[in-house]
Amino acid sequence: MYRYDEFDHRFVAERVAQFRDQAERRLSGELTEEEFKPLRLMNGLYLQLHAYMLRVAIPYGTLSARQMRRLADVADKYDRGYGHFTTRQNIQYNWIKLEETANLLAELSEVEMHAIQTSGNCIRNVTTDHWAGAAADELADPRPVAELLRQWSTLHPEFSFLPRKFKIAVTGAPNDRAAVKVHDIGLRMHANDKGEHGWEVIVGGGLGRTPLIGFTVRNFLPEADLLTYLEAIMRVYNLHGRRDNKYKARIKILVHELGEENFRAEVEAEFNRQTKLDVEVEQHELERISAYFAAPDFEVLPKRSADYEIAFARNPDFAQWVRSNIAAHRRDGYAIVNISLKPEGGIPGDATSDQMRSIADLADRFSFDEIRVSHHQNLVLPHVKQDDLYKVWKVLRANDLATANIGAAGDIIACPGLDYCTLATARSIPIAQTISRRFADLNRQHEIGPLRINISGCINACGHHHVGHIGILGLEKKGVEYYQITLGGSSATDASIGTILGPGFSGDEVPDAIETIVKTYLDVRKGGDETFLDVIRRAGHAPFKEALYAPAQRQ
Amino acid sequence: MPLLKDSEIIADTWLRLEDNASVPATGDIIVPFARLLAEFGKLSKRRGRVGIEFPNAERAEVLESFLPALSLVALPFPKFADGRAYSQARQLRQLGFAGELRASGDVLPDQLAFMLEVGFDTFEITTRFSPDIWRRTAQGLSLSYQPVKQQKRLHVWRERQLRGERSCRA
Ligand code: SF4
Repeated sequence: MYRYDEFDHRFVAERVAQFRDQAERRLSGELTEEEFKPLRLMNGLYLQLHAYMLRVAIPYGTLSARQMRRLADVADKYDRGYGHFTTRQNIQYNWIKLEETANLLAELSEVEMHAIQTSGNCIRNVTTDHWAGAAADELADPRPVAELLRQWSTLHPEFSFLPRKFKIAVTGAPNDRAAVKVHDIGLRMHANDKGEHGWEVIVGGGLGRTPLIGFTVRNFLPEADLLTYLEAIMRVYNLHGRRDNKYKARIKILVHELGEENFRAEVEAEFNRQTKLDVEVEQHELERISAYFAAPDFEVLPKRSADYEIAFARNPDFAQWVRSNIAAHRRDGYAIVNISLKPEGGIPGDATSDQMRSIADLADRFSFDEIRVSHHQNLVLPHVKQDDLYKVWKVLRANDLATANIGAAGDIIACPGLDYCTLATARSIPIAQTISRRFADLNRQHEIGPLRINISGCINACGHHHVGHIGILGLEKKGVEYYQITLGGSSATDASIGTILGPGFSGDEVPDAIETIVKTYLDVRKGGDETFLDVIRRAGHAPFKEALYAPAQRQ
Repeated sequence: MPLLKDSEIIADTWLRLEDNASVPATGDIIVPFARLLAEFGKLSKRRGRVGIEFPNAERAEVLESFLPALSLVALPFPKFADGRAYSQARQLRQLGFAGELRASGDVLPDQLAFMLEVGFDTFEITTRFSPDIWRRTAQGLSLSYQPVKQQKRLHVWRERQLRGERSCRA
C-alpha cells in the first residue's frame, strides 16, 4: 500500500500546524464562527447535536494494521472508545473537543493519516472498490489512480470553494462495487483491444434530494489525459454550478439544467483550451505511486485447501459464515474476508477500540497488513489464505465480528440520523437495530438471499436509501416521525433509483412492513436463484403494494 | 481600503469609476466591464492605464480581444465561499493576461495562499486583521501537490521527479 515520503509527511505536519493556528484564532475570538466554519470543515470537523464530530479520511478505504491501532487509540483517548465507519470509507468520531483536535490530528499524522477535505465544498475523499487488488474480476488495481487523485485534489487552489461538496469514485472492475454511477464523477476502467487501460468518465450521478444516475461524458479517456480532463470538468462546475440554492448546487443539477450534450460540449471546449498539465511529471508520479501497490508476496498455493474444506464440512457455523462473508480472490488458495460490522441489534458501522485492535492483529498475521473499509460500512481483510480462514473466523467470533450476514437482510446501511445529526428529521439507527433484531435468524437471512436495506434519517440521503433494494427514508410531519419505503434501488453495475411504494409508516410499523415485503418476495420468487431485486424488476411494485396496503383498505 | 501586494500594504494608484462617473483625462482607472464594452474607443485613447472590474458571471473568453489593452483586471469575491474568481483568474492567465490581477470583495487571510497560486497579485483587504496575519498566511504550506507559482513553495511531484532523475544518474 501507499507510504508517505518526506514530502507527504511534511505536508500533513504543516497542515496540522495551520489548523492549530486557526483553532487558536477561533478560540480567542479573532475568527468568527462563520469564518472558522469552512476552515474547520476542510479539516473534517463538524458541529453536531451534542459535540464536535471529526471525520478522518481513509483514502480509498485502505488501512494498515498500524493505522487501525492508532484509530483505536484515538477512540480511547479522544472519544468514548469506539468509532463509526461511514459509507464513504471514512471513520467518524462523535465526541470531540475543539481544544483537543489539533493534538488528535498530530497523532494521526504520525501514522500517515489526516482529516483533510473530509467535509466542506471541496473534492472529498476519493473512494474505490473495497476489494481492489484482490478481486477475481478486476482489470487492474484502481488505487494508484485513486492516490494520484488524492494528491491532485488536496488543497487544490482552484477547487477549494466549489458550489457544493464533490465526490469521486473509481473502479477497476467490471462489477461495480464503488457505486460510480451515483457519484459527482465516477471513473470506470476499461481495456481497449491493444490492452491499454483508459477511463470511462461518468458525471452527474448522486443521491440526496434529487437522486440521479450519472451519464457517460467520455467512453474511453486515455490515462495521460485524466487530470487535465478532470480539471476541465471541475472548472465548468466551479464557474457555472448554481450557488443560489444549496439544494441545487451539486454538479448533477448543472448537468440536468444544461442537458447532457451541452454539458459535454462545455467540458470538451474547456479541455481543449486547457494548457495541458505537465503530463510527464504526472506520469512519473503515477508510476512512482503504482510501485507501492505492487501485489504482496503471495504464495503459490493449490486451488483448494484441505484444512479449510474439513473445517467447512464439520462446522456449520463456519460454513455459513464462509457462504456469506468470503469472496473469491484473484489468487488460488486465497480468499477475501468480509467482516460484518452489523451484529444483531448493533449500530451499523460502529466498532469498539478492542475490535479495531483485534482486526489489526488479524491483518498483521493473516492479510499482508491490509484492511479495507467498504462503503457498506463493513471491514475487509483482502488477502487471507484459505488455510487460515478457520483461525481468522474463530478470532472474529470471539470479538463479536463474525456475523454471517454480508449482503443479507441484517447488513443494513444507516446514517447517524436524529441520534447525532443536526439535519435529521427522524431516527435511523434505532430503526436499523429493530429490523436487524427482527431478521436475527441467520438461516432465514441466507434463505432470503441478497438484500440491501438502506436507511436515511432525512432527505439528504447519507444512508443511500435511494439505492437500497429496500430504502427507508425517515421524515417528519407535525412533530411525528414517519418512514417512506422505496423499492428497487441498486448502486451496482446496473444502478437504479428506487421508487416509492406508497404511504409511509410510523417507526413502530416499519419492521412489520419490511417483514411483509420480504414474505411477499419469498412467495413470488421463482426459486432461490431469483433475488429480491430480480423480482422487483420482473414483477414491479404491484404484489408488494397489494400485500402491504390492500388489507388495510379492505377493512 | 488597504491594498496588499507581496505581503506589504502599498498605495493604491488606481481610481475606481462607478457607472456614470466622468472619466478623468489622465491617471489609472478601473471601470466596470459594461463601461469597457460601451466606451472602449474613448477609454483606449486617453492617457493613463485602464483596468476593469470583471463580473463572476461573465466568461473569461469574452475578454480575450481586450486583454492587450488592459493593465488590470479586478475579480470580485462576493463571499469568500464563492470561488468562481479562482477559475476566472486561472483562465485569464491561461489566455496570456500578464497585467495585474486584483482580488476584491470578501478577501480573507486564510484564502490568500490559494489566490496567489491561481494568479492574483494584489488584494483589496479590510483593516480587521493585523498585517502580521497576512504575512503568515500568504505562503500557506511550503509544499503543494499542484504546480506552484510562488517561488518559496515546492511542487511535490516535480521535486520527486527531479530527485528520481538525480538518483538515477548518481
Ligand atoms: S441523511 Fe440526513 S439525518 Fe442522515 S446523516 Fe445525512 S443529513 Fe444527517
